[in-house]
This record gives sequence, C-alpha cells and structure tokens, in this order.
Amino acid sequence: MIEQHTISILLENEAGSLSRVSGLFSARAYNIESLSVAPTEDPSVSRMTVVTAGSPAIVEQIIKQLNKLVDVIKLVDLNDGARIERELLLIKLHCSKPDKRAEFKRLADIFSGEIVDITEDSYTIQITGLPSRIDEFIQAAGSRNIIELVRSGVLGLQIGNRSLTT
Amino acid sequence: MSNQLRGAEIFVKALADEGVEFLFGYPGGAVLHLYDEIFKQDTIKHVLVRHEQGATHAADGYARATGKPGVVLVTSGPGATNAVTGIATAHMDSIPMVVFTGQVSTALIGNDAFQEVDSVGITRPCVKHNFLVQRVEDLAIIIKKAFYVASSGRPGPVVVDIPKDVTAALTAYEYPETVEMRSYKPTTQGHAGQIKRAADLLLSAKKPMIYSGGGAIIGDASRELTEFCRLLGYPVTNTLMGLGAYPGSDPQFVGMLGMHGTYEANMAMHHCDVLIAIGARFDDRVTGDLEKFCPEAKIIHIDIDPASIAKNVSVDVPIVGAVSNVLKDLIDVIRATDHKVVERHSDDWWRQIDKWREIKCLDYDKSSALIKPQSVIESLHRVTKGDAYVTSDVGQHQMWAAQYYTFDQPRRWINSGGLGTMGFGLPSAMGVQLAFPGATVACVTGEASFQMCIQELSTCLQYRLPIKIISLNNRYLGMVRQWQEFFYESRYSHSYSDALPDFVKLAESYGHIGMRIDSPADVDTALDEAFAMTDRLVMMDFITDQTENVYPMIAAGKGQHEMHLAPNDRELA
Repeated sequence: MIEQHTISILLENEAGSLSRVSGLFSARAYNIESLSVAPTEDPSVSRMTVVTAGSPAIVEQIIKQLNKLVDVIKLVDLNDGARIERELLLIKLHCSKPDKRAEFKRLADIFSGEIVDITEDSYTIQITGLPSRIDEFIQAAGSRNIIELVRSGVLGLQIGNRSLTT
Repeated sequence: MSNQLRGAEIFVKALADEGVEFLFGYPGGAVLHLYDEIFKQDTIKHVLVRHEQGATHAADGYARATGKPGVVLVTSGPGATNAVTGIATAHMDSIPMVVFTGQVSTALIGNDAFQEVDSVGITRPCVKHNFLVQRVEDLAIIIKKAFYVASSGRPGPVVVDIPKDVTAALTAYEYPETVEMRSYKPTTQGHAGQIKRAADLLLSAKKPMIYSGGGAIIGDASRELTEFCRLLGYPVTNTLMGLGAYPGSDPQFVGMLGMHGTYEANMAMHHCDVLIAIGARFDDRVTGDLEKFCPEAKIIHIDIDPASIAKNVSVDVPIVGAVSNVLKDLIDVIRATDHKVVERHSDDWWRQIDKWREIKCLDYDKSSALIKPQSVIESLHRVTKGDAYVTSDVGQHQMWAAQYYTFDQPRRWINSGGLGTMGFGLPSAMGVQLAFPGATVACVTGEASFQMCIQELSTCLQYRLPIKIISLNNRYLGMVRQWQEFFYESRYSHSYSDALPDFVKLAESYGHIGMRIDSPADVDTALDEAFAMTDRLVMMDFITDQTENVYPMIAAGKGQHEMHLAPNDRELA
C-alpha cells in the first residue's frame, strides 16, 4: 500500500545539508516526488518540504533515517494532521494569435492566476494552489501550447496553532 | 597578539585536550603544517602506517578494544580515498572514530587542484557525520563536536576535512569543555512503560530467547547483559559482532546464531515464543529469509538507534535507549516481581534446546592427515588460555575463529562483521597491541586476506608489536570457493591463490619470525613456541585442508530452521 507523504524538515543551514538529505534518499532507494528548501526567518535554519511515497513501513524508516541525520533539527510528517499545501507554477505559453491570448487570459482568471510576462508571442502565467490544481491548469493549457514550465515543488504547513519550530 | 595560535597548533592542542593517545596517519602535502606541529610535541604518539587503509583499521581496532575513539590523520586526495574502506568498515559496525583528512587550500577547492578530492562528498554515505573546516575560528569547536558525535549515541566514524590554509591561519585557542548541538540529542534512557511491558512479556514466555549483538559490546553493557540473563535463566545467543558480551563458556550460551551459527541457536530462534533483541539489528546474515524468521515470536527490541528498530522485522515492544541503562531498568522491574530463575534441568524448553545441542554441529574430523583449520583455532584457545585479543580478516577463517575460540569477555573479538573487509585483521591487531602492549594479540587470517594489508608488517616492526599471525592457508579464497562448490557446481572461478609468496621468508624479510606448519602433529607445539616469544611478531603459515567448509550454514533465502549441517551430522537432525 503506497501512500504519498509530505514531510517538513528543519535543518541546519550549512554547506552540504541538502546533499545529506538527498543522498539519504538515493542511498536507501527512497522515492522523492518533490523537494524544496530555503532559509527560514532564522538564517541558521533551513526549512525543507519533501514529498515522498512508500508503504507505511518505508515511510516510518524515512522519518527515522531523516531524524538520524546530525543536521536535522526537527521534522514533522504533515500527513499526521490537517495541513495546508501549496505549489507555485510558472508556465510560458505560445499565444501569438488573438484568440489564444483571450483564451489563456480567461484560463488564468479561472485559476486565480496572474500573467507575469507578456511578449508578442507568449504569455508567462503564475498559478499557485494544490499540486492537483496545478496539474489541472497544465492539462487545460494543452501540451502543444506549452513552451516551458517550472514548478516549485510542494510547500506545506500544519493547520491551526501547531507549528514546527526550533 | 601573543595568544594567537596557528591552525596546526590548535589541531595538536585540541587532540591533547581530548585525551588522544595515538594518531594513526600518513603525511602528505596538505597536512605538512599539521605534521610539523606533531614533530614538536610528544603528548600524542603518531603511528606511521604504510597505507592509509591500515591507519583507519588500526584506529578502528584500537577503538574496538578500548572503547575510546580511534583517531586518524591522512592527506588530501589519495590519502582520503585510501581511508574510505576503513571509514566504511567502522561505519557498518558503529565504531567511534575521528578521521582528519587534509584538503587543498580553500581558494583552490573546486579547481581540480593537485591531490584534490571532495572528501566530504565521498565519505558522506559512510560516516555518522562529517565537517569541512572553512575558517580557523571553527577548528576547535568542530574537533570537539567530531569527538562528541563519534562517541555518543550509536557511535560511528566522523570525518573532519581541513584545508591547508586553515592549518596556517591564526586565531585564539580555547577548547570547549562541553558541546551542545540542537540537532543532535541521542536518547539514552528507555521508556518506563515499554520496559514494564517488556518485563511482563518476558515473564510470560514459555520458550524465551535472548539475542544480543554488537550494541551490547559497544555500549559497555556486558555486565548488565550477564546479570539479566542469569536472573531469568533463559537461553542466550550472540551475533558475530556480539561474541563475548555474554561468556561463551557458560551453559546458558547456545552459541552464535545466523548463517554460520550453531544448530541449537538457530533452531531456538525459530521456535521461540518471546525474543528479546539487545543491541542487535536483525542483519540479513542473522535472519535468513525474513518471511520465515521467528514465526511464533513476540519481539522486544532494545536499541539506541530508533532507525534500527522495525527496519527489517516488525517489533511488538520497541525500546529506544542505551542498552546498559535499559537492561538495568529491566533488571529492577523483574526483581520486583516474584519471578523464579528457570532451571535448565526441569524446563521443557531447555530440554528441547539440549536435544538440538546433542547433534554437536561443530564437530569435525579429528583423524585427518591434513591440518583442520578448526583444530588450529581450538589450539589457539588452549595456548592463549582463552584470554587473547583475537582480530580476524574476512572469510572462512573468520567464521572458524568465531565458532571455535570461545570468547568469555567483551572487546576481545575484533572483526569486520558488517562491511566484511578483507585486510582488516593485521592493522586492527596493531591498534589493539598499541593500546595493550602487554596483552596477547592474535590475528587470525588467511593467505588471501592477509595479502590485502600485508605492508603493515613493516609498521609492526617499527613499533615492535609482537602480534601473532595465524594464517589458515588453504590456497583458496575459501568462502568464495565454498559458495562455488555449493551453488555453482564446483566451478572455482578465480577463487584459487596462485603464485603465493613464501610466507616464512616474507616474514623474515620484514624482520619478523616466520613459521610454516603442515602437519596436524605440529600445530600445538608450533603455537606454544610462537606465543612463548612475547617480544616478537610471529607469522604462522598453517597449510590446512583445502576442502574444508564452514558448517553449519543457512543458505541465502532459507529460514533459520533449514540449516545445512556438516555431512556427518545430517542424519542426526
């Protein structure tokens, strides 16, 4: 029974910390669906969100092995409670024809997106939302229209007063 | 400013403040400043090896025998890469070690400079943690952290990579008394509720089994383990890494378990109803086929590393903590009940185990005209009165040493169990002999393993280390040959030792004594003679029966109850 889990990790913001985490996943053949990392309000601490998938026993091992890394300060499996998850998409679409421009403007509005760059031949649209919502947008845009796209990977927080702090 | 010190001075002072006795190393360009400071002092004794792998294994042997972290210094590039095998060896067996690697100057890092290698990157998967020292101001605190991380919690090797310019830069020196790391806080005390549950389960057992591993030795829990076992009267088995944690000559001890464990230990594991695993990690060489492992048992698992628990086998009562602390608590809880010690002679479970014992699975042909390797180990035990430090290399001789040298004390059996590193035996014996100059140190090896770190014979002469090398020379990579015989229809693909040197002359050319023994009648007298020479290294080349196999054996994919016994024992089982 494979489940997807979103794990939030606070780790020391030091050279090599990221490779310790990614190296752990590759060395033990764990799966990474997405990974994003950046410093927190405390510059000595980075916060990483990893989306992984595995059986309950594998996910338990992933969490234990992550906790064992000397640079990991604390972590939480966001699947353990209610959570909020968001992903950012930047997508560049072909739209030299007026009907396409109108169509993509409408599509961006439907997805509460924003057109962040315009040229004669293209729109770059920014969408935020659940990963499934991003998938839907990409589908709706149509693969023939896509010049390029980039996704941030999932970010997540626990809902309510619960938090992950040092 | 007068109180400013160079990085190299700080390095040497920090090691002295840390109480380091020996530094196993090999100089090179990136560590010349460090070696210059080592030259100027005599607090820390530097041991010059002949190859960096030897340095790591020697430090490892020192750590296994003493419990103190082994310390290594090598240069950048090939110095670091040569050390990797020894670092990985220590990592697999959770041995505390601090390895300093020289690095090119910070300005050159990433430029493919001469003797540059990404040491932190290369060693990351086989260390407990590693550091790159980027500023001389961080050097002392990183050294402190390195020793703390290496020797606390589940121990392991820590690498500290020091660029050359850091060793020349100046700063004030202060060695911290203690160190606090917000991201690293090992759990050492067991959970009281879990300990109570474990005690209840243990006392309700009809067919209990105690299975202890290397954690009981590394965690210095031999005394608590012995007390715990005697308090209950239950059968005890040790893993390859755990031999000596419980006295091997005690009747409660049913022998080693696993692939080459005893019939009684493996059968008792298979049939037990409650299993307590103590500082052991359910390694594949222990469990055999996981689907068939301990099918009826409720399992209690004590380990300092939470990640070891429920990794391979699901556990009913997990207890995270230092083995010694948890056992003390468990003993207290059991003492407070009205439990009775199980009497071997009136207990059905023990009667069953003793029936399995009657097969005498370790018997071998004692009438052979060829030297049987098992007999050499039995003789070694007799000559050393069971009181030697025994290091080994990897292969058949390692298994025979584990099976036939009865270890009654912890930290006496020193072998590469996890990684299985050929070449480990001789350099690890150097570390042991340096730590205990008056002790008897025997290195059990084979002609193939021995040649993997043979250059250290020179180090042994330089430091006058009177190690006794017992080489069970069967002119084969014996364990490979055995598997080829069993599973590849005797196609002995490249498992023979061809073009062997004359080991007697070889030992002599290194300034030692060499002996060649090829008759069973000479085994005892030769060993007596060799061990009487307490101030000399003696290399003993025993020409043994080439066809001898290690029995019993659980083949890959088989369960613990499906042992392959020696030909003579098969009809008895």
